[in-house]
Amino acid sequence: MSQPVQLPLPGFDQARAQWRERYRQQMGNEAPISNRSGVPLQALYTPQDFDDERYMQDLGFPGEAPMTRGIYPSMHRGRAWSQRQLIGLGTPQDYNARLKSILASGANAVSLIPCNSVYRGFDADEVDALLLGTCGAVVNTIDDMDTCFRDVDIGALSTAMNDPLPFTLFAFVLAVARRRGIDWKQVTGTSNQSDYLSHFVANHMFFRLALPGSRRVQVDHIRFCNEQVPNWNPLSVVGQHMQQAGATPAEAMGFTLASALQYAHDCIAAGMDPRAFLPRFTFFFDISMSFFEEIAKFRAGRRIWARLVRERFGIDDVRALRFKFHAQTSGVDLTRQQPLNNIARVTAQAMAGILGGLQSLHTDAYDEVLSVPTEAAARIAVNTQNILREEAGLGEVIDPLGGSYYMESLTNEMEQRIEAVIHTVDRAGGMYQAVSGGLVQRMIGHSALAFQQRVEDGEQVIVGLNKYRRDDDPGERAPLRRPDPAIMERQLETLARFKRERDQGRVASALDALAAAADHPRANTFEAVVNAAIAGATHGEICACLRAQLGFGDPLVFA
Amino acid sequence: MSDSPPRVLITKIGLDGHDRGSRIVAAYLRDAGMEVIYTSPWQQIPAVVNLALQEDVDVVGVSSLATDHLLVPKLMAALREAGLAHVRVVVGGIVPDEDERALETAGVARVFHPGAARDDIVETVASLAREARTAAA
Repeated sequence: MSQPVQLPLPGFDQARAQWRERYRQQMGNEAPISNRSGVPLQALYTPQDFDDERYMQDLGFPGEAPMTRGIYPSMHRGRAWSQRQLIGLGTPQDYNARLKSILASGANAVSLIPCNSVYRGFDADEVDALLLGTCGAVVNTIDDMDTCFRDVDIGALSTAMNDPLPFTLFAFVLAVARRRGIDWKQVTGTSNQSDYLSHFVANHMFFRLALPGSRRVQVDHIRFCNEQVPNWNPLSVVGQHMQQAGATPAEAMGFTLASALQYAHDCIAAGMDPRAFLPRFTFFFDISMSFFEEIAKFRAGRRIWARLVRERFGIDDVRALRFKFHAQTSGVDLTRQQPLNNIARVTAQAMAGILGGLQSLHTDAYDEVLSVPTEAAARIAVNTQNILREEAGLGEVIDPLGGSYYMESLTNEMEQRIEAVIHTVDRAGGMYQAVSGGLVQRMIGHSALAFQQRVEDGEQVIVGLNKYRRDDDPGERAPLRRPDPAIMERQLETLARFKRERDQGRVASALDALAAAADHPRANTFEAVVNAAIAGATHGEICACLRAQLGFGDPLVFA
Repeated sequence: MSDSPPRVLITKIGLDGHDRGSRIVAAYLRDAGMEVIYTSPWQQIPAVVNLALQEDVDVVGVSSLATDHLLVPKLMAALREAGLAHVRVVVGGIVPDEDERALETAGVARVFHPGAARDDIVETVASLAREARTAAA
């Protein structure tokens, strides 16, 4: 706990003592309350908890260090956050239709969620056809990507590719851009699953190479983008997986910042200039139901990142100090019981993210806990953002909770806890070591169990689940939508035809070149991936080639 | 043998890897005194059947957060084929109602949804393990 601020306010001490006495009379013996990160919460915060004289060191003005209040001078007033909804289901044609519908309903930035078979590094013809397209779009080739973005100008859209290494989907986007004569310098967006450490820790859904190979391909990807696709963000450091897997908000933020430091050091070790690559680092977080804690997490994260960049890399350029982040409302907080209640949850979470100063937002559909979102539920999710922005006016004032005694005190407390996590990782030798040794996995597993225990004990209320239950549960059930097997059959035929009709010699030599690049530490593996995508190699072939050369990243399980 | 603790295999088949639920359930069952065999995600059906055989399990728990439960009827068939018809199978995770009915038809003993209580899981698995041993005897 920080020291109480000494105040000269006349009558303050006496009035405070009087309030405290009355409060005690009403409350009796009250059990202490703390938030998910373990910060003890007082019943009331006062000027004693907020040192006005530290305004310039701790808060300052938006757009400059210490960045606490926001990373741009005009924040949401100048430019509203991007509505970046995750979409992906079925075939490339299905994706294209959903994409156009979501653009028409107000989204201005999009994402692509591929099928789990793609995540795992396989083509559609390598997995059980039952699973195809049930959780994302089946995209295996340059032609598939061309279909995904039919009638959509790739150069005029910010696209988040949910694309773990070796970033084949992004490579297909570049291949399509070249085919359409679009300059790569116009291609903007983010590789938002490029944080391989977070996958080893908390999301075993993704293809990845063994740790050393992952490290290599990631650095190559950052270098390639910096040199050839300068408006693309090659790195999104992800706290979202860790928090969804059970990390507390402070842990998730601490591990994420530690990962960003690790990646920066890896790029520097490879001879890259942090002044060039740091401005393209971005972040991605979860927003839980712990409303004020989440806002404080984001404010503290911004402040710590700006300080770390200055202290550890000696950089003052505001572009590098900016803690740009996307956030997503929390899927694990949604309930299957009375699912329409999830709309209220998503609204509260979205508000916390917006008040926390995010740059882009995905709001979950209320039915995600039942199945992949239906179109109607996805529309409500988009409109939730429209309502918060245009009816509730959440973007009208920058950092509106700044200066709140509680918010400033909580931001400081969260900052201390986040820094403690970063120091734990530092002591373990950095995030790469801390993950390969299992430290991070164990800490998250412990926090996940502790949270579940609080739910079991009823200490953490979840409406409809451990309180306010209804046996008749009149919630609306989403009708189940699965891709038509006949359509998937046609997709498999499309893939077979693509493989048959392409220039086989060109594909073979591009894959040979990829293997050779993996063998030569000085070659750029990602450049070879892009060339293979242009030559007509499929996603599965590219992944298989690198897997053979660099080894597969089996899950590190520390149960 | 019949007095020894229940033996439970907790696994994930198919493509998805979200393992928060499977890890928590494994810890619950272990804390309740059961012998838990826990696998990493992404198991293939033949590997799960082999493990169930080698480890002589009473119950197999399959965690599915992203449609992998669609493969469970194939797992049921493979267990029967391997002479493990007595092994009880439970599924936990995101399972839409329509699919739950299909899983029950395929012989799945119980589907646990998000929010299932610890006691319910522990008691159900313990009682299914007793059933499995009676059926095997």
